Amino acid sequence: MKKYYDILFAPIFKNNPVALQVLGICSALAVTTKLETALTMSLAVTFVTAFSCMAVSSIRKFIPDSIRMIVQMIIIASFVIMVDLVLKARAYEISRQLSVFVGLIITNCIVMGRAEAYAMKNPPVESFLDGIGNGLGYSLVLLVVAAIRELVGSGKLFGQTIFLTVNDGGWYQPWGIMLLAPSAFFLIGFFIWVLRTFRPEQIEE
Amino acid sequence: MEHYLSIIVRAIFIENLALSFFLGMCTYLAVSKRVATAIGLGVAVVVVQTITVPLNNLILNYILREGAILEGMSLQFLSFISFIGVIAAMVQILEMALDRYFPPLYNALGIFLPLITVNCAIMGGSLFMEMRDYNFAESACYGLGSGVGWALAIVILAAVRERCKYSQFPAGLRGLGITFITVGLIAMAFMAFSGI
Repeated sequence: MKKYYDILFAPIFKNNPVALQVLGICSALAVTTKLETALTMSLAVTFVTAFSCMAVSSIRKFIPDSIRMIVQMIIIASFVIMVDLVLKARAYEISRQLSVFVGLIITNCIVMGRAEAYAMKNPPVESFLDGIGNGLGYSLVLLVVAAIRELVGSGKLFGQTIFLTVNDGGWYQPWGIMLLAPSAFFLIGFFIWVLRTFRPEQIEE
Repeated sequence: MEHYLSIIVRAIFIENLALSFFLGMCTYLAVSKRVATAIGLGVAVVVVQTITVPLNNLILNYILREGAILEGMSLQFLSFISFIGVIAAMVQILEMALDRYFPPLYNALGIFLPLITVNCAIMGGSLFMEMRDYNFAESACYGLGSGVGWALAIVILAAVRERCKYSQFPAGLRGLGITFITVGLIAMAFMAFSGI
């Protein structure tokens, strides 16, 4: 039991894929202007990572070494297409806001990286948990960044007004820059700084 | 003519794949420690992007689009999988061709080519092409422009990081943290182009 627990929770703080291994940043930054899109994206990535790792792991003994990348990619792409179709059918508005970033889960290095580094060597159950753990580690960064950006940038959380902005007759002057690209970089930079202050062993020389 | 030029300029400066859409970040951060390697990767991205975006455009329009093969049949839901397949195959072919005909170029770019298959900038270029319904000529311009934009961004970052090597940063910011903040500042500088 302890082992499964470790597999599931190690990627969240100790070995966070975004903050420590610099994987999967592309989409982590782009969809974080709103909590709603960030949450959808987190769920999608966790789902794809978990199931594609499980699928890769269960056929790992039959994959020839020379074409393993292509096989992994096809498996991942199939799950992403599933997610994309479901989103288009059930949550069209969010899917439109996510635009190309749903498709880009295919090239998200977390998914590919876990399939290659973990699922190819370990049995399906462990791989599934590892996929969920890494998905959650990614989600943590995404949700923290999105919460800050949405709250400070537009005074809202999940579209609900928290700070009434000046335009609506309130007191809060929103920081417009939080909704633009550069702030995402700053926030992730600071997030890494905070994480490493509490876990000094992650500091780079 | 002006229309095509504006697509290129927009793709390079205003809608820079790396700095305003955050695409290709993993390689962008990992391979930007030295200017020489950054240039190598940048050139490889430009080449692959200029080839794959128009190629994917042809595949999209003549095979996948509704009514392209059979009346009333749309294969567009397969676009993700066929784009990534095309990119992987293209990179592989390019690698072999370079190895056979231009060994010096292969030695310079060779190690970067496999990295490019999983570079979101390449996939992103094709997906933006699909989303914006570019025709063949437009997508060729867009491929070139977005590739050049990405290459420009990585070379700038590498140059900055080389200068930063001996600076003293707070311990937790060293390495990755300060790189993110640098990229943020570069992205802010690029925002100034949005008025063009």
